Amino acid sequence: MPSDQERMLARAAREILPGQIVNLGIGLPTRLFHYMPEDLEVLVHSENGVLGCQPLGLGVAPDYELIDSGGAYIGTRPGASVFDSALSFAMIRRSRVDVTFMGAFEVDQQGNLANWKIPGKFSPGIGGAMELAQKVEKLVVLCSHNDKHGNPKILKQCRLPLTAPRCVSLIVTEKAVMEVTEKGLEVIDLADGVDVESLRAATEAELIIDESRLGRF
Amino acid sequence: MTLLNQKYTSVEDAIAMIPDGASIMVGGFGSPGTPFALLDELLAQGQKGLTLIKNDANEPDIGIGRLIRAGRVDRLITSHIGLNRVAIEEMNQGRLAVEMYPQGLLAEKIRCAGAGHLGFLTDIGLETEIAQQRRELELNGRKCAIEPAITADFALIHADVADTYGNLAYRGTAINFNPLMAMAADKVIAQAFRVESPGGLKPEAVHTPCAFVNHVVRVDPATSEQGIRAHAV
Repeated sequence: MPSDQERMLARAAREILPGQIVNLGIGLPTRLFHYMPEDLEVLVHSENGVLGCQPLGLGVAPDYELIDSGGAYIGTRPGASVFDSALSFAMIRRSRVDVTFMGAFEVDQQGNLANWKIPGKFSPGIGGAMELAQKVEKLVVLCSHNDKHGNPKILKQCRLPLTAPRCVSLIVTEKAVMEVTEKGLEVIDLADGVDVESLRAATEAELIIDESRLGRF
Repeated sequence: MTLLNQKYTSVEDAIAMIPDGASIMVGGFGSPGTPFALLDELLAQGQKGLTLIKNDANEPDIGIGRLIRAGRVDRLITSHIGLNRVAIEEMNQGRLAVEMYPQGLLAEKIRCAGAGHLGFLTDIGLETEIAQQRRELELNGRKCAIEPAITADFALIHADVADTYGNLAYRGTAINFNPLMAMAADKVIAQAFRVESPGGLKPEAVHTPCAFVNHVVRVDPATSEQGIRAHAV
């Protein structure tokens, strides 16, 4: 039986289409590398300045001057390029990155995202998240449905400082997949073993649910 | 500008030009591209009251982390210091003034200075906390904010190969902020693992033309091993 995270990753990986340029955020999203079919033709962008990175193969010696933005040694695939940080963010601001995946402290039903600062507790700096969130056409949030105290993270309105306003396209949690639409937050898939009532109870945001169209993952 | 035939020097002499209170851009994203040998010499020579401009704060015991830990840095302009708990503690205790920018804006503020501009207009960060400190205006019907360029007295650069005129070539993701900073600072000191005679670098292999570089030093690749140990992720 796959873990919650494994099911989330497998579901999120379905959002990547052949031929796309993809950015994987630090942490859980980086593991999406292992959920993409080997023959899937995509280039993975890392904001420190590489397009076409991939995990270092087993037994391959690391190149000290080749890392991703999470600090892990990486390899490159055919068609890759390296460039400076200004160019790397030009690629992001010009929306040449098709899809990006990142974590969240809070997301709300307007698609606002907060994932960089908890005033008084956590403020190491925003890194590249703000520009990725604001400018990449499709932003998929991968996060737990509730925080470690059980409080909802999918809210009516974010309370923490925003990373960017109205930027999220899709939210994948261990309980559901939710799409930000003009009408509101629409549940498109429910996780196996989760029912509509328990999902609503664990969520602060108003959810649009059409049970006849719900998928499972 | 330094004459072409006077650029190649020693690490000690190059760093000795930096006075107390200098503002210094430091290349690198994490370890790759960080000029470890130049920073260790700065630590050894004792300059203090420094303002550093670097993407991150390295880790506590390497690179600029050593300078921060030794209390030699008053101010840090950066994007993310999550891998340096000492820098975070110094910031929280009020001993280190930290100015943070989104990474791409930091890069562009430096690039802009290097291109000879005073600043640029952007829509990044509108409707967020960072917008509160900026002047906003409307251009062609769109709201945007002014981002001033960032300059510095010095830049410390890491290249893979240089020539004695100061032409630089970078390798892998060690490029990151280096070519931007090499254009933005008043005096540029570059370290390289290999320093060739002029002609040793093919013209099309040069990333930073020598016109931007004041001093070149050769360093042993082993000086960067601290970064290799830190990044064995």
